[in-house]
Amino acid sequence: METETAESIEIRGLYKIFGRRAKSYIDAVKNGMGKQELQEKHGHVLGLQDINLTMPAGSIQVVMGLSGSGKSTLIRHINRLIDPTVGEVLVNGEDVCKMNTRALRNFRRHKTAMVFQKFALLPHRTVIDNVVYGLEIQGVDKDKQQTEARRWIDRVGLSGFEDNYPNQLSGGMQQRVGLARALTNDAPILLMDEAFSALDPLIRMDMQSVLLDLQKELRKTVVFITHDLDEALRLGDRIAILRDGAVVQEGTGQDIVLRPADDYIENFVKEVNRGRVILVESVMKEGPPAANATLELGRDTQLESAARAMTQSNVNVANVIDMNGECCGQVTMGDTVAAMVRQDDESEDGEQARSA
Amino acid sequence: MAWYDEFPAMGRTELRDLKNAIDKGFRAWTREHGGTVEAIFEPIKDLLIWSERLLLNTPWPIILIAITAIAWFGSRKIPITVGTLLTLVLIGYFDMWEDTMRTVSMMFVCTLVSIVIGIPIGIAMSKSNLLERMITPVLDIMQTMPGFVYLIPVVMLLGIGKVPGLLAVVVYAIPPIIRLTNLGIRLVDKEVLEAADAFGSSSWQRLKNVQIPLAMPTIMAGINQTIMMALALVVIASMIGVQGLGQPVLKAIANQQFTLGVFNGLAIVGIAIIFDRVSQAYGKRLQSHSEVVHGN
Ligand SMILES: Nc1ncnc2c1ncn2[C@@H]1O[C@H](COP(=O)(O)OP(=O)(O)OP(=O)(O)O)[C@@H](O)[C@H]1O
Ligand SMILES: [Mg+2]
Repeated sequence: METETAESIEIRGLYKIFGRRAKSYIDAVKNGMGKQELQEKHGHVLGLQDINLTMPAGSIQVVMGLSGSGKSTLIRHINRLIDPTVGEVLVNGEDVCKMNTRALRNFRRHKTAMVFQKFALLPHRTVIDNVVYGLEIQGVDKDKQQTEARRWIDRVGLSGFEDNYPNQLSGGMQQRVGLARALTNDAPILLMDEAFSALDPLIRMDMQSVLLDLQKELRKTVVFITHDLDEALRLGDRIAILRDGAVVQEGTGQDIVLRPADDYIENFVKEVNRGRVILVESVMKEGPPAANATLELGRDTQLESAARAMTQSNVNVANVIDMNGECCGQVTMGDTVAAMVRQDDESEDGEQARSA
Repeated sequence: MAWYDEFPAMGRTELRDLKNAIDKGFRAWTREHGGTVEAIFEPIKDLLIWSERLLLNTPWPIILIAITAIAWFGSRKIPITVGTLLTLVLIGYFDMWEDTMRTVSMMFVCTLVSIVIGIPIGIAMSKSNLLERMITPVLDIMQTMPGFVYLIPVVMLLGIGKVPGLLAVVVYAIPPIIRLTNLGIRLVDKEVLEAADAFGSSSWQRLKNVQIPLAMPTIMAGINQTIMMALALVVIASMIGVQGLGQPVLKAIANQQFTLGVFNGLAIVGIAIIFDRVSQAYGKRLQSHSEVVHGN
C-alpha cells in the first residue's frame, strides 16, 4: 500500500565497482576478491559489495563507517546519482535503477531530498534562492516557494541571511542552507550525507532535535550518514556499519553497543557512554515482578538514570514496566552497573594482559 | 638532376589542371546556387542595413549618450564611462563619426551572429566528447587560416559587399566563443551539478540554472575575444567592400597618407578598448557573488 508520507527502501545485492570495465570484475569480486587486490591488480576501485539493507518506511537508518568505506557511494545509489554495477534499489517495491529518465526525474523531484557532505550550494544564488531550488524545479508557485523556504531558513537559524551568497557564510551556516534546501522540498525520503558534520555541538544538538521532531510529525524515511556514534545512537532506529564497501553489522543501537560483531566495530563503540545508550530493557530479566521491589522503571530508561534512581531510593532491585504501565520484568543494581562498565573492564584487562 | 635536389612534385600541367578543375567546379556550383545562398543571407543583410541606418540616421548626440550609458550600465565604473565619452568626442571632432558608426554597426551584427551561432555549438560540444574532438580541429583551421583566404570563396559566391564581409569576419572571430562556452560548461563544479540532478532538474533546467550561469564569466571572456578578433578583421574586410574605418586605412596605404592611416587606426584602437573594457567589466560584475569570500 502506498502512503503519502512514507516510503520503504530496500537494497538488494548491490555492488559498485568504479572503473572503465567494472562489469568484467563483478565475478571476481563475488568470488571474494577484496578491495585492495582489485585496486592493485586491475586498477579498479571497489566501492560497494553485496549490500543488502531493508529500511522500513518512516524510520531513520544510520550508516556509519570510516572515511572511504563507501557511505557516500551508498547513499548516492538511493536517488541514482550513481548507477550500480549490479543490484537493485527498491523504493516501495519499484526498482530505481530501472526507471527511465522521466520517471527518475519525477522520483527525485517528489520523493527524495538530499543534503550533501560538501554542501553543493549554487554559488551564484542567494540563500533563499538556493533553498527554493527544489520547489522551483517542481514548478510550485512563487508565494508558496517563499513561505516554505522562509519557514525552514528560520527553523535552521539563518533568518536575516536570506540575501547572502553562500561564500559569505561560514561552513556550518552553509551546511544549514543545504539542510533547509532539503527540508523545504518536503519529500518522503531524506538522504543526509554527514548533514551535521560541520556544525558546532550546540547547533548540532538543535538540528538533531529538529530532525527528531520532524520525524514524530511526518514519519519520513531518513538515511543518515555520520561519523559520530552518539549521534547515530540518538537518531538511528537502525544502524549499519560499513567497511571497505561491505556491511559488517546492521542492527539497533543496542545490538551494536552490546554485541559488536568484530574488533572494527568494537573500536567504534569503545568510547561511547554506555550508561546513556543502553536501556533497561536490554539488561532486565523478563518475568514476574520482584516481590520486594518498591521502585518501578520504564523499559526505555537509560541505565545511568536507572542506577541513579535505585541509588536514591536505596534499593537493589526494581520492577520494569512497559508503555502500558504493566510489569514485564525486573532489573538489579548489579546487572545495571555491570552493563555500564563491562566494556571498560574488558579492555583494561586486555591491556593489562598485554603489558604483563 | 638527382631526385633529392628538388622535391619530386606533381607535374606542372597536372597541378594546373587540378586547380582549374576545382575552381571550375566551384564556379559552376556558385553560378547554379548563388541565388539560393544569397536568399539565405537576406535576413542578415536586412539586419546589417537596419543597424547601420539606425546608427547613421540617429542624431549624433543621442548615439553619444546611448553608448556612454551602455558603458556605464555595463561596467559601473566612472573611468571607463568617461573614457568612452572622450574617445567618441575625439572621433567625432576628427570627422570620423560616420565611418566609426559603420564599423560599430558591423561589429555589433557580427558579434550578435557569433553569439547566436557560437553559444549553441559550444553547448553541444560540451555535452559530447565526440563532437568536441570533431569540432576542435575545424576551429583550429578557422583561426589559423589567413583572413584573406576565405575572402576568396566568399567573394566568388556572394560578390562584394556587407554580407560577404560579415561572413568572413564571423568565420574568423567565432572560434573563441565556441571554445570558451565549451570550456566554461565543462569546468562547472561536478558537485553542484549533482545537487541540481538530485532535486530532479531536467537537462534544460540544469543548463539554464546551473551550467550557463556558472560558465558565464568564461563565456563573457569568449565574447570579449570574439569582439577583439572581429575588429582586427575590419581592415581586411574593407577590401571586399565593407564600409567603415577600414577603407580610409586602405586608401592611406595606397596613397601613402600617413596621418589619415594613423587617425583611422587610432579610432579602431579606441573603439576596441571601449568594447574590451566594458565587456570585461560586465563579465566581472557577473561574478560578484564570488567576490566577498568568507575568511578561509
Ligand atoms: N567516482 C569515483 N571513482 C573512483 N573511485 C571512487 C569514486 N567515488 C568514490 N570512489 C571510491 O569509493 C570509495 C568510497 O568512497 P565514499 O566517498 O563513498 O567514502 P565515504 O565513506 O563517504 O568517505 P568519507 O567519510 O570520507 O566521506 C573510496 O575508496 C573512493 O576512493
Ligand atoms: Mg562521504
